[in-house]
Amino acid sequence: MALPVFETREDPGPNFVNLLVRSGASPFEPLCASGSELSSKGMTFPHGTTIAALRYADGIVMAGDRRATEGNFIAHRRIEKVFAADRYSVVGIAGAAGPAVEMVRLFQTQLEHYEKVEGVNLSLEGKANQLSQMIRANLSMAMQGLVIVPLFAGWDLQRKTGRIFTYDVTGGRYEEVAYHAIGSGGKDARTTIKLGIKEEMSRTDAVSLAISALYEAADEDSATGGPDLIRGIYPIVATVDRTGFSKLTDTEVAAASQAVITLKRSAGEAQ
Amino acid sequence: MTVPFYVAPEQVMKDRADYARKGISRGRSLIGSIYKDGILLTAENPSRSLHKVSEIYDRIAFAGVGKYNEFDQLRVAGIRHADTKGFTYSRDDVDARSLANVYAQYLGQVFTHEMKPMEVEILVAELGIDEFPSQLFHILYDGTVMDESRFSVLGGDSESISERFGADYQPDWSLEVALGAAVRALGGPERDLGPRDLEVAILSKNNGRRAFDRLGYPALESLL
Repeated sequence: MALPVFETREDPGPNFVNLLVRSGASPFEPLCASGSELSSKGMTFPHGTTIAALRYADGIVMAGDRRATEGNFIAHRRIEKVFAADRYSVVGIAGAAGPAVEMVRLFQTQLEHYEKVEGVNLSLEGKANQLSQMIRANLSMAMQGLVIVPLFAGWDLQRKTGRIFTYDVTGGRYEEVAYHAIGSGGKDARTTIKLGIKEEMSRTDAVSLAISALYEAADEDSATGGPDLIRGIYPIVATVDRTGFSKLTDTEVAAASQAVITLKRSAGEAQ
Repeated sequence: MTVPFYVAPEQVMKDRADYARKGISRGRSLIGSIYKDGILLTAENPSRSLHKVSEIYDRIAFAGVGKYNEFDQLRVAGIRHADTKGFTYSRDDVDARSLANVYAQYLGQVFTHEMKPMEVEILVAELGIDEFPSQLFHILYDGTVMDESRFSVLGGDSESISERFGADYQPDWSLEVALGAAVRALGGPERDLGPRDLEVAILSKNNGRRAFDRLGYPALESLL
């Protein structure tokens, strides 16, 4: 590999995607020329399911279940769908798992690339817009059934607040006020958060509410995985506040999940 | 028909080398040195925003002296090379040796084929991991590569600075002692450099995945 040096006019700047395109390795080429849906050819591939995020007093929390499904089969029980995008933001993914995880890797590289080349961090809004452009660039793959819908959240260093962004398949970017959930169990997760959310929640309460939201989603949606007590598989939960991204340990999430389960058990069979 | 003057190839190369060296010697020097917890990069640089030392990848840093626009172009190209490689293969596959080689090839190519050589000297530093030791690759304007396992001095006055620094050098120095020695070596017997005259960064084993860290003015003041 030669040193990537460009003529001034061709310089890709701090944009990593542009760099890949200039180097002839664009990450957004359609998979096949015909453009028809992969599922119409009988092809199946894993899908990620439910991600929930909400704001609390000092930041935001995002949680994702661990299941990937392929049609009516469980493809993976331990997939991770919530990632640190950089030090101050987090991204969760629903949709076609393969290209979605690849997009997260591209997004992480892009944010770090910008930071290193320019010597400063992108603003949170700049990061959200970058993700939007990547989703739009993926549109031809989405037309073939490889739809990727992320949920993005982070700490805005300029405004000193946590913010949550949602996307549609065309790259449309929408900012949420306090919470959102995406994926097949998203509706149930949203309802749970809507009923439990309060102003200025503590981190512990927000984590607990996010885990309850995933629990209720798993209760209603077969594609969402609930806490697996036998194998010890629990949701991935991460928070972002003024000190940056931090992922809860398995022990912490297990304890919070147990508390939710104990509470549910007390309601008995009435629920 | 005009006949071009014959100039011996030795003379052409010597002229180019002199030109590059002259450009480099105008700037101030820097020291890259291995200490107990990693690598310390100390540059004499009064500017707060035009950096001589920067991050390339998780465990790799870059430092350059000479003409700013030229070594900055190399810095950005290095980040592009490392990020592309890390994205295509994996983060573990990005290493300083291969980066030093592409730098050397590029500088060698420019030295022999372009109108003028680049007036730069650069350093690629890689923090060691497990049994692999930390390494410093010092690359000259003509593509000559030297690898160092102790310290490396770049810039015009490198010989005398190297002598001063080498006399005290210890590989298991603490950050504080290593920095003090580097600042004294850069300043020499006549000048006393303060935190405002310096640009300092470390690649430290205690920093997690991204080992690079800039030491700002308050940190420098307390260390010196």
